[in-house]
Amino acid sequence: MDLDALLGCVTSSSCLVTQTTSGLIVGMLLFMVAAGLTLIFGVLKIVNFAHGTFYMLGAYIAYSAFMFTGSYVLGVLAGGLGMAIFGVIFERVLISRVYGANVLMQLLICYAVVLICDDLVKIVWGPDFYAMGMPPAFQVPPLFIAGGVVPPFYIMLIVVALAIGGALSLLLGLTRIGKIIRAAAHNPNMVSALGINTTLLYSLVFAVGGMLAGLAGGLAAPVRSLTPGMGFSILIESFIVTVIGGMGSIGGALIAAVVLGLIRSFGTIGFPLFTEGLMYIAMIIILVFKPSGLFGKEIV
Amino acid sequence: MKPTEPTRRTVLTGAAAVLAAPHIAGAQAKAVRIGMQATFSGPLAQSGITHRNAIEMEVDRINAAGGLAGRPIEMVYRDSKSQPQEAARVARELVNSDGCEMLLDAESSAGSFAVQEVVRDLGVLCIHSSSETSSLTADPKYRVASAFRSSRQGIHDAIVGGAYAAKVADARKLTKWATCSPDYAYGRDTTAQYLEYLKHFKPDIEVISQAWPKLGQPDFTEVITKLIQARPQAMYTALYGGDLTAFINQGNIYALFSAMQVFSVNLADYTALTAIKNLPPGIATGNRYVVTCPDTVANRDWGEAYRKRFNEYPTNWSWQSSTGMRFYEGAAKKAGSADPKKLAEALRGLTIECPFGVDGTVTMRAEDQTVVGYAIGWGTTLTKPPYVADVKPADWGTIFELETEWKKRNGFI
Repeated sequence: MDLDALLGCVTSSSCLVTQTTSGLIVGMLLFMVAAGLTLIFGVLKIVNFAHGTFYMLGAYIAYSAFMFTGSYVLGVLAGGLGMAIFGVIFERVLISRVYGANVLMQLLICYAVVLICDDLVKIVWGPDFYAMGMPPAFQVPPLFIAGGVVPPFYIMLIVVALAIGGALSLLLGLTRIGKIIRAAAHNPNMVSALGINTTLLYSLVFAVGGMLAGLAGGLAAPVRSLTPGMGFSILIESFIVTVIGGMGSIGGALIAAVVLGLIRSFGTIGFPLFTEGLMYIAMIIILVFKPSGLFGKEIV
Repeated sequence: MKPTEPTRRTVLTGAAAVLAAPHIAGAQAKAVRIGMQATFSGPLAQSGITHRNAIEMEVDRINAAGGLAGRPIEMVYRDSKSQPQEAARVARELVNSDGCEMLLDAESSAGSFAVQEVVRDLGVLCIHSSSETSSLTADPKYRVASAFRSSRQGIHDAIVGGAYAAKVADARKLTKWATCSPDYAYGRDTTAQYLEYLKHFKPDIEVISQAWPKLGQPDFTEVITKLIQARPQAMYTALYGGDLTAFINQGNIYALFSAMQVFSVNLADYTALTAIKNLPPGIATGNRYVVTCPDTVANRDWGEAYRKRFNEYPTNWSWQSSTGMRFYEGAAKKAGSADPKKLAEALRGLTIECPFGVDGTVTMRAEDQTVVGYAIGWGTTLTKPPYVADVKPADWGTIFELETEWKKRNGFI
């Protein structure tokens, strides 16, 4: 524990700017993955343990598209689109068969998909790790804001993640399909009784969830290593985000992800040996005082 | 002339000869089965695959030259899935069920310690070709008479790295240091040993910040910004593989590598060097495997032969397994036999010609049954092939001297 260093950091503008942006970037990428996870749970009550695999496959597809086209934007879009399609296939072929089944059955199916996809990645891309490399447009020196170091690439990531989060909120809040999704989350039987095609709706939810994870994988690919099994560690953190934010709450996921990012960012200075532990302590505190999470609906 | 009818005796004799023939032929060239358990699945599968690639090259070469004392080698591979208990189980199975007469263990340290106890129990001949934890062979309580090591040792890397860093630090007046290494036994032990020898050669250095990211951590941003805030003049890292690649890619966008002199013990391996798209120049790195260390025709030829066959360059694991097979080959020549007990006897103190030796040879040191004399050195990165330049080979005299002191301090001798 180094409280002096932490105090020194929060009273220094350079450290404050650097660590805050660092926390934001960690948080925003986490939010992108966790948003899909919490959306799927909110509507379908499915805990998608294969969601980290969506992130991994999105990153690999984006990598291949980038190598093929040389365009980072096309790479990210390919990652998002590819995982939207994969999400639909995953839901139609596998998950739709276990709606309402024992959670253990859902868990087993998700875990099987994780293992199968890890092996498929090894067959298609090989066991080596890959790095996409920084797109030429972002191979520039970092900006210095109030003495703090802020890379332009990370500013772009934060803006894009916020834009995607905003678009998702607008989709759910203002559009007809968004209202149907929210209604389905509240009372799926009534939605079905009103003649709405819930089969299509559920596939759409998985498509959006998969797309968000795929976009996150693609966006992060220039700075993260691509390796089979890379989805696992982000899955654990995404679960912490959804638990803290409230299972099913997109807004809660955003706030929880940013809080988690800041805990990591400042925790590594004040509690260098206990940064990971801090995240779990935050989760435990939330669970003790508000078991449904910050913005989750109380379980009756 | 009327053909003679075959008598019952003729038929029986002929049938016996036909049935016996394959067994006689087989007895003349009975294969030596060597078992290798390694990680072939999961995120660390590359380790097992590049071990196996090098072994396949050596087995083909040795078998083409007549095998081990006239007996061809037949490898049996098993996946330990990176689990120490699984490594121990499959090692036992290789000997008891698959008929392997000896082992080439390609586990990481946790697995190798588990396999070592199986070797102790079964008394089987084994060469460890992956574990770099020094105590495996240095500490008498872990040592086993029939177990040898063909992989590098952490203590050797620490001494060489410390000596090299001290010279650079002296020349460039680098006194404020930071470290960033994976948060488990390997990262912590390696970092502690490195700092110990850095301070041995340059006592006035001060460690002002240490970061311990988790193994496989996807994002190093907060670690990088912490290091930048600490403003050290130099930094040591024992990160490796995908973690090192991610750290460098993320560090690049913060201009980390122009803010401090970085010393990376594990960077000079082609897996990392080729995966990093924007490799910063000037990072000091210890050689894991590069074709320029040792800078000899034999090493370059071996590296190129590997690349041609597998369409990629070898790894540190590759040369270590290759050396293990070469030791079995050399021991069989010396003993004139492939009998494991005779091979074990021949291995002690054996010096063989080897592309990875600093002077073209490596020795299986008799006192602790571990390889010495391999090429070990530090250089600095280039952005393009050959990726590492100015590799300064280590002085084995200094290594031996300080290693002996280290063993005494730890009560190993």
